[in-house]
Amino acid sequence: MQITSIDDLQKAKVGGLAQLYPPKPKILVGMATCGLAAGAQRVYDLLHKKAQQEHWEGVVEKTGCIGICYQEPLVDLIIPGKPRVTYAEMSPEKAEALWEELAAGRVPEKQVLARMDVDGMILDGGPRKLYQGKLKGFLAKVPRYEDLDFFKLQRHIAMRNCGFIDPDNLLQYIARGGYFALYTALTTMTPDQVIQAVTTAGLRGRGGGGFPTGVKWASCRKAKGWPKYVLCNADEGDPGAYMDRSLIEGDPHSILEGMLIGAYAIGSSEGYIYVRAEYPLAVKTLQRAILAAREAGLLGTNILGSGFSFDLKLNLGGGAFVCGESTALMASIEGKPGEPRAKYVHTADKGLWNRPSNLNNVETWANVPVIIAKGADWYRDIGTEGSKGTKIFSLVGQVKNVGLVEVPMGVSIKQMVQDIGGGVPEDREFKALQIGGPSGGCIPREQWDLPIDFDSLWDAGAMMGSGGMIVMDNSTCMVDVAKFFLDFLIDESCGKCIPCRLGLKRMRELLEEFSSGKGSLEDLEELQSLSEAVKDGSLCALGGSAPNPVLTTLRYFREEYEAHILHHKCPAAVCKELITYTITPELCNGCTACVQECPQGAITGTKKEPHTLNSALCIKCGACFEVCKFGAVAVA
Amino acid sequence: MITFSINGQEVGGEEGWTVLDVARWHGIEIPTLCHHEAMEPFGACRLCAVEVDDGRRTRVVISCMYPIREGIKVQTETPRVANVRRWIAQLLLDESPQAPNIQELAKSFGVTPSRFKKTGVESACHLCGLCIRACQEVVGVQALTFGNRGVLKEVTSPYHRRSQDCIRCGTCLYVCPTGAMEQIFPLVSSE
Repeated sequence: MQITSIDDLQKAKVGGLAQLYPPKPKILVGMATCGLAAGAQRVYDLLHKKAQQEHWEGVVEKTGCIGICYQEPLVDLIIPGKPRVTYAEMSPEKAEALWEELAAGRVPEKQVLARMDVDGMILDGGPRKLYQGKLKGFLAKVPRYEDLDFFKLQRHIAMRNCGFIDPDNLLQYIARGGYFALYTALTTMTPDQVIQAVTTAGLRGRGGGGFPTGVKWASCRKAKGWPKYVLCNADEGDPGAYMDRSLIEGDPHSILEGMLIGAYAIGSSEGYIYVRAEYPLAVKTLQRAILAAREAGLLGTNILGSGFSFDLKLNLGGGAFVCGESTALMASIEGKPGEPRAKYVHTADKGLWNRPSNLNNVETWANVPVIIAKGADWYRDIGTEGSKGTKIFSLVGQVKNVGLVEVPMGVSIKQMVQDIGGGVPEDREFKALQIGGPSGGCIPREQWDLPIDFDSLWDAGAMMGSGGMIVMDNSTCMVDVAKFFLDFLIDESCGKCIPCRLGLKRMRELLEEFSSGKGSLEDLEELQSLSEAVKDGSLCALGGSAPNPVLTTLRYFREEYEAHILHHKCPAAVCKELITYTITPELCNGCTACVQECPQGAITGTKKEPHTLNSALCIKCGACFEVCKFGAVAVA
Repeated sequence: MITFSINGQEVGGEEGWTVLDVARWHGIEIPTLCHHEAMEPFGACRLCAVEVDDGRRTRVVISCMYPIREGIKVQTETPRVANVRRWIAQLLLDESPQAPNIQELAKSFGVTPSRFKKTGVESACHLCGLCIRACQEVVGVQALTFGNRGVLKEVTSPYHRRSQDCIRCGTCLYVCPTGAMEQIFPLVSSE
């Protein structure tokens, strides 16, 4: 279907709505990577087969991830005139049971997670109530999405369509207000007005730097040179972070529409999306979205009859973390090795092929259509003084509720960990939140009232980064954490400049000494000054921010470093060379479980007699500690 | 003419010059390692770091690539700059303790070998890229390239095969500041 005018767009919307909320039942299976990893494909196949075999009146469709990843695979049931009901932790067997209920004309009750009374539809005139009247019986008792701790504080703006639409279906995207913002920008706004709106909205880059997007666009618009390039950074590489992947897999057209609006504002007709090859589903989803948009005329020449032309290509990243850095990314697109260059001349002036270029991250682009559709003032009402709008975080680590969380800027660390994340496991204590990816920082419990926004995090020595969040409890050793992130960065350093290539390696060597009880307080000072040297001296942001995990742990957990160095103790009992396992005779009832488990034969003893551990043979693997049910194995 | 200051002294240069160009013109000493007049600046060694106040903020930049701008204030010997340079000298010395020019550099910073030793291949190559850039920019062929990344990064020939583009001119041997090319040359040059 060609979409070349507002009439076409309206028609597409009517068609899309009929698919989103058809006059017949609909089953939605969450099939982003998180769902697929949990087994969603088999669930989908089963339901699809059943529906075909039994000539079911309804439809079975796939959708993206709504964020509550730890409950995947998710199945949603949308029955006309009823709230949408979500079922969690599905398997083919459970899906079969669900099907039986459904086929018998009942609303299934098992595995239910939540119900949705209202579809927010922020871009399309607002909330759509899914049923009329009062709920009775089972459905009235099911908690609403907004009653779940996980969703209570959330507000989905960038993720507005994730978990609602079939990502491969252009009409469904249009049905929720998609491409109307593009139409508004092309027909009622000048490029400068678009830039003004993005600036007024206060949108800052979601890829990590937090640079004001409007300012970036304005300097690229002003730059001399032709052609100009509009680029999307989808080379998400932080360990444990998958916001961009989910956005692409759940709602690719929001990124395309954002880029189209940006290209119009900047005066560009060519663009690239640089996406990791390790994201096969995201790559396929983008390919399909680009093809669909091109077929509909939403990419190409004379878009929506406005005279504006733009098209884009996909470029697959070869697996280097540093290619997420803007100049390395551009070098990679050019076919050169992915190495950064100095940015004293900005990429807005000389970027890709030395032409003016504007690079924004996936999440930044996904926010753009909302700003145009709802207006800058609507957008700037959300968030804090210096950080407007919402931010998606991937909440992982030692926390109960793991998943993607989109919250207004300014939510505190405590709210994030306790309320949304459900806290750390019962017998543990929250110790620190690692935020901002491998070059982010660790924020301690004492600071957990800190609002999460660009400037507060920066002042605390961490950074927003792309939005990875790792919750750590008291079983985590901060020296070990610093080692872990340095290992990652050493692996990913391109090796061009000396501070990053050799400096990080030396930092790692110093940490290794600390974690084996060697080193001195002078070495701690050396580590500090080397960290500063790497920060100041490195060529790009990878090296420039790589010391952050060391600097923040030194700042907030110095006594833990000192415990290693001065007392040869690892307080969290992690660093192998500093811990010993012992058996407390009073607690040991002689069950021999540890005797059988020990791979070294270091534990001896007969049944019903307290066992003894020969520390000379012990390799500190912790197997005895794990297997003992009586707390008789102690580690210190 | 663009005027600005280095260490409080008023200096000037032409559009397109770098801070290092102007400093050298005025006889102001800034150490370099990967820099060579005959080649484009590369920015790998970071030894030519200086601190620049551009009116908005003060930061450490490298003088070999930083384009001069009206009114900036450049300082070549601040504590931050000294810390960066000292550490580079220390790290290089520990990597290639035998190379004469590295020893000289280390001496000028008062740096002595630390207890950390380089493990693996003994080579005094510190990846300044002069050989590769000379081959490409001066000789006009691409017989040399970087291979691998991070601590494994190396100077090699394309695809690790002895290059057929090599004309055995020896320019790489000549520009190599540490003599490491002597070891690499037989592996990469044409037969």
